[in-house]
Amino acid sequence: MLTSAVKARVSGLGFWYGNVRALHGLDMEIRDRKVTALIGPSGCGKSTFLRCFNRMHDLTPHTRYEGSIRLYPDDIDLVAKAVDPIEVRMRIGMVFQKPNPFPKSIFENVAYGLRVRGARSRALIEEQVEKALRDAALWDEVKDRLHGPGLSLSGGQQQRLCIARALATDPEMLLFDEPTSALDPIATARIEELITALRERVTVLIVTHNMQQAARVSDFTAFMYLGELVEFDATSKLFTNPGRKATEDYITGRYG
Amino acid sequence: MLAASGGVVRRKRFDRLFVVLGMLVLIAALAVLLALFTDLVRQGAARLNPDFLTSFASRRPAQAGILAAWVGTSLIMLVTACVAVPVGVAAAIHLEEYAPKNWLTAIIEINVTNLAGVPSIIYGLLALGLFVYEFGLGQSILAAGLTLALLILPIVIVATREALRAVPRTIREAAYALGATRWEVTAHHVLPYSMGGVLTGMIIGLSRAIGETAPIITIGALSFIAFLPTPPFTGEFPFLSFAWLGDPFTAMPIQMFNWVSRPDPAFRVNAAAAGAILLGMTLLMNGLAIWLRHRLRKTFQW
Amino acid sequence: MIEALLLLAGLVAVFTTLSIVWILVTEALPFFRRVPLGDFLTDTMWTPLFAEPRYGILPLLAGTLVTTAVALTVAIPAGTIIAIHLSEFASRRLREVVKPALEMLGAVPTVVYGYFALAIVTPFLQKLIPGLPGFNMLSAGLVIGIMIVPYVASVSEDAMRAVPTHMREGSYAMGATRLQTALRVVVPGALSGMAAAYILGISRAVGETMVVAVAAGLQPNLTWDPTESAATITSFIVQVTLGDLPHDSIGYQSIFAAGLVLLIVTLAFNVAGFLLARRFREAY
Repeated sequence: MLTSAVKARVSGLGFWYGNVRALHGLDMEIRDRKVTALIGPSGCGKSTFLRCFNRMHDLTPHTRYEGSIRLYPDDIDLVAKAVDPIEVRMRIGMVFQKPNPFPKSIFENVAYGLRVRGARSRALIEEQVEKALRDAALWDEVKDRLHGPGLSLSGGQQQRLCIARALATDPEMLLFDEPTSALDPIATARIEELITALRERVTVLIVTHNMQQAARVSDFTAFMYLGELVEFDATSKLFTNPGRKATEDYITGRYG
Repeated sequence: MLAASGGVVRRKRFDRLFVVLGMLVLIAALAVLLALFTDLVRQGAARLNPDFLTSFASRRPAQAGILAAWVGTSLIMLVTACVAVPVGVAAAIHLEEYAPKNWLTAIIEINVTNLAGVPSIIYGLLALGLFVYEFGLGQSILAAGLTLALLILPIVIVATREALRAVPRTIREAAYALGATRWEVTAHHVLPYSMGGVLTGMIIGLSRAIGETAPIITIGALSFIAFLPTPPFTGEFPFLSFAWLGDPFTAMPIQMFNWVSRPDPAFRVNAAAAGAILLGMTLLMNGLAIWLRHRLRKTFQW
Repeated sequence: MIEALLLLAGLVAVFTTLSIVWILVTEALPFFRRVPLGDFLTDTMWTPLFAEPRYGILPLLAGTLVTTAVALTVAIPAGTIIAIHLSEFASRRLREVVKPALEMLGAVPTVVYGYFALAIVTPFLQKLIPGLPGFNMLSAGLVIGIMIVPYVASVSEDAMRAVPTHMREGSYAMGATRLQTALRVVVPGALSGMAAAYILGISRAVGETMVVAVAAGLQPNLTWDPTESAATITSFIVQVTLGDLPHDSIGYQSIFAAGLVLLIVTLAFNVAGFLLARRFREAY
């Protein structure tokens, strides 16, 4: 399993909010078309780490990256100053903690990324929207009300709408930031199924505070603590035979 | 295939264009303020001297001054502040600390919001009908002060409510837990802690009142007044006199309006000089309020 | 006891509104007893102080509408651009400098703006438009526009800032630029709040008095051409009260009739703005 190609290589990644250092020299490899989970206690820097991949931190003043995240096969450094954050976000999609559909119709929500990229052809947009909604397992539920407001959907449906929105532009990588923390167990199960299915076509990086979820959906897991990467391994190994005491304490609930 | 057609360079060019456009509009707006003030000072320079402050209005532009106007404005502001601040603060305390959630409260709230949007000249008509004729106050300092007090009441109420609301609930709960009554909680804690906000609202309200022209023209302020109101202090017991409340008056904005609307360009100079002083006063008051608000934000970190 | 006093203070607002309505209606009633409502609303001349008076409100309404329309062509674009800029583009540093400065711009006494229109803007416009009269609605309207820019900008900016951050993040994460995010997500999300800002701005322009009294001329004139001079509802009231009219003359009553029209117009705009703003607050 460890033999899959490398999609991204993180080396010496550090991150600063002003004078506060939030990430300390992280090194890891993200495998192509696999699900990699980031776990760790609140404040350990897992969301901060995730947001480096699509440069969301560039929206906050006085932030700074160190080291590199190289994306393959092109071998570009995602956090390099010379690389435009908008270029990065066009290739790497993101799904947030709280479902955040725009106050627009279901159709326009999914079409948003295409329109932002200047897509004009109605046929192309309709085709991509339908495909994205099918891939997000939402098509059957919304196909009769594509022009109804996105905000009228249930929480779980809204989150799948946000996944469809991200899929519509064929991203190479999808970032999930605790995507089920605002959802009920049934909606959570559907999102997890979806993430598992997505592995076929896109590299997934998911932050979760729920260890069972990490164990259920991911192929690899990284355990972070206080802004550092404590352990990174195949999920099956990390959860059954952790190499570090801190990891074992956390996954067995003895943390803190 | 889609990612490649994103046109990032072109899209970012629009971003930069918009930033330039935004800055241009901002600079234009602020340039107006600067141009206005410098023009007033330059045009009025010839009259901006101590004599201008100590002379009455006159038919000869070069001798005319604003003595009656600034004395009138000061006395009107005194009346306005004495009425608007206690009533406004009390109304805000009622709405924020006491009022139950019922139809009466809703009606008061709607009225405060609505009054803030009523044009100032309507207040002038109200004052003309109510204060000048119904109450028989005539065209007096008292009538003008009350009119402007009603005009700025919504400003004082809204600012005070905001200040009261900024005091955290935990402070109130702490006082109640020690056995304080509702009035004690308000008078000992909530109101003192929000004094800065109340003061800011008062200054902003008065700076609005000081420049208001339409409502006091409407009640019929004379613009040619060559005498001062009765002095408030007398030589004999009880040493204080309120006769000035009933005296006719003129005020800074009225005097300026009077000079602006004369065809003789020499009066334009007087208008500019009066305008420079009036604008200087309002800007100073607003600056003071802004500074106060800024300081409060730094001192109170709930 | 204290509670009763506090309640009384709160009721002052209600008494004020009631008195406004009562005074305007009772003083305007004798006017409408002498002037049929039909004439008032349809006659095209307003000459209450002439020997043969005519009482058609249309010329005053036209003057009010023209100056307001001119004001809006300045205030809406400029106010919106400033609001988008401050809410979506400007750094916190810039905001902290610009917002107080805009507040100052909004605090300038209206009679000073009147001077600005008459003594600075009109001579400037006369260079661009030969034959422009010394009193004209264009100059007054432009200056009213500048006057309400800070108001429109600050209410619209509040509406935009109320759009939750996670909406913006969703858009940025899709690769949108700041301008795309502002125009496609923030503005649509803040639309009813911005509409409220525009409508409240209109209400202010309609009620503005001193700028038009100083710079637009005092002759009622039924025209839609902003380069002409004309009186508005507000400037007519000022003109009448500058003179010395007997308490029970029809001229005196006519200003209350005009005031009643003004109150109804501004009230309608204020209620519409209030309802829109409330709908906006409910959305988030």
